[in-house]
Amino acid sequence: MRTFKSRNSDHISNLEPVAGNGLLSRRALLGRGIVVAGAMSTGAGTSLTSAAAEPLKDDPWSLENGANTPPLQTPSRFEKHVVRILSNPNNEMRTSHGRTPHQHLNGTVTPNSLHFSINHSGLPDIDPNQHKLVIHGMVKQPLVFTLEMLSRYPLVTRMAFLECSGNSATMFSNEPVQASAQALHGLVSNAEWTGVPLSILLDEAGIDPAAKWLIAEGADSLALHRSVPVKKALDDALVAIYQNGERLMPGNGYPMRLLLPGYQGNMNVKFLRRIKVVDQPAMGFYEARTYSQILPDGKAYRFHFLQEIKSFITHPSFGHSMKGPGYYEISGVAYSGTGRIAKVMVSADGGRSWADAALQGPVHSQAFTRFRMPWRWDGQPVVLQSRAWDEAGNVQPLRAEFVAVRGQTKRPVASPFAFTNQHYNSLTSWGIDGNGSIKHVYA
Amino acid sequence: MSTLNALLAVAAALAFGSATANAETPKLGTPITEQDIAAWDIAAMPNGAGLPPGSGTAVQGAKVFAEKCSVCHGEGAKGGTVARAPLFGGRPITDGIDTPKTIGNFWGHATTVFDFTRRAMPFSAPRTLTPEDIYATTAYLLYLNKIIGENEVMDAKTLPAVKMPHRDNFIIRFPDRI
Repeated sequence: MRTFKSRNSDHISNLEPVAGNGLLSRRALLGRGIVVAGAMSTGAGTSLTSAAAEPLKDDPWSLENGANTPPLQTPSRFEKHVVRILSNPNNEMRTSHGRTPHQHLNGTVTPNSLHFSINHSGLPDIDPNQHKLVIHGMVKQPLVFTLEMLSRYPLVTRMAFLECSGNSATMFSNEPVQASAQALHGLVSNAEWTGVPLSILLDEAGIDPAAKWLIAEGADSLALHRSVPVKKALDDALVAIYQNGERLMPGNGYPMRLLLPGYQGNMNVKFLRRIKVVDQPAMGFYEARTYSQILPDGKAYRFHFLQEIKSFITHPSFGHSMKGPGYYEISGVAYSGTGRIAKVMVSADGGRSWADAALQGPVHSQAFTRFRMPWRWDGQPVVLQSRAWDEAGNVQPLRAEFVAVRGQTKRPVASPFAFTNQHYNSLTSWGIDGNGSIKHVYA
Repeated sequence: MSTLNALLAVAAALAFGSATANAETPKLGTPITEQDIAAWDIAAMPNGAGLPPGSGTAVQGAKVFAEKCSVCHGEGAKGGTVARAPLFGGRPITDGIDTPKTIGNFWGHATTVFDFTRRAMPFSAPRTLTPEDIYATTAYLLYLNKIIGENEVMDAKTLPAVKMPHRDNFIIRFPDRI
């Protein structure tokens, strides 16, 4: 291992930086990758850092039979820290949130047990054999569907991120809240969803061409409802019945939910039991109050719908500690409600210089794309940022640009769980000091 | 039949099958009448569609609120131990982007008050209020927000006609998506 490491280090040190503070060319990550290329280009190198590794020996777990295979497997006991953080752990009579631990995950798929979940009146205990979905209103023939019926339809599978429009809301604070990627951005997750195109069901019911909206409503105790434009419903909406290959998690809408790719999480109505086709929006509590956001001039946005382009670095990020100067991979996620991610750039000097990150394919529309950037840290203070572009030409706004339009608070926000405003999609900056400790900063 | 021919036959059958599948959808839904959906058809729309018969005033609503709502929302809707935010008043929303929203300083439609009360309240016993109770509670909350008078009758006709102070304060963010 010693020579393997040193070859790698030699290779990295030979690469030309492409932007300030040690960002290296993403080409180092392409093809067979940096390790093979380095091993081929240099001879046996000398170790740059640590002393030789200890001689190897068998550990106890290699000398005895392990535990029996369980019917439902769960992560290793050494991964117990990889859990969602809760806003309402004592189950008080109010909304509860579970946030995805982005700083502990990699790739693009959020495991179902870690997918974010927001519940305004708890998790309903729905019997899938009793649950019904009704489609009515401006249709020729109102229809009722069961889960069993929907499971027989031609199903569609696609990747999609889901994001609460209140995700990252504490970044409206005029001073950075010291919190992890999980606390700041944990209300976005990404999964593979399988379901029935809603357009098929609306077509079977005979939707009135004059209809402009749907009311989508859940079977929870609030009968939570949102107005959805027919335009979106006929475009790419699904009635989702599987999440990453298995039935939906209760916190994600079991046994069925509306999936509106790229649209604010709350519109993706969980526990879906009713779709009423109508000619006007319902102006329900969540669309007319909660998810309409105040602007600096005292006006308010309504029907924001889109989760606009965004990215953030997950590695390294707040809560991690650097292990001294040397090679690291900077990586994170980028996504856009308006299509595929086209480009992500990374800066290590607070935005003074930028370099293209490698995008991990396949790049799906309205889904997480993992970006990666090779980096050689010299041990000096740096500020890491990412910025994303999508195929529609949208670009993630710089913080100054964003604040000029959307504003910020007059006083610092105290809690990482506060919902200061909605639809924050500007940059996230992680400041690393000379000791390797990581803070949330604005740059 | 040779193996190749068999494969070609299967491929042709699959192609034909998928072509017909595109034209035909399963049609597995069970027909139902609007009357049989009535118990779920609870949305109250801004133009008054969906509002039930019945009526109420703020004076009546104060009694309903004291009995059914104040346990969480506090006496006189001033905020309680469970639901801490007052249900009226509030700073003007020009005060900042994080100003707490109330019926008086933000909501655009009086029907939203009726609708949310009807579908979600009381929080621990939703959909147990009578239409009269809901109209009265709605009237009480509008009265506390100085939007209607204490004895104004709220019903399916008067409620949608209430002009909320901030009705015209909203900008449709993405009109081309509607």
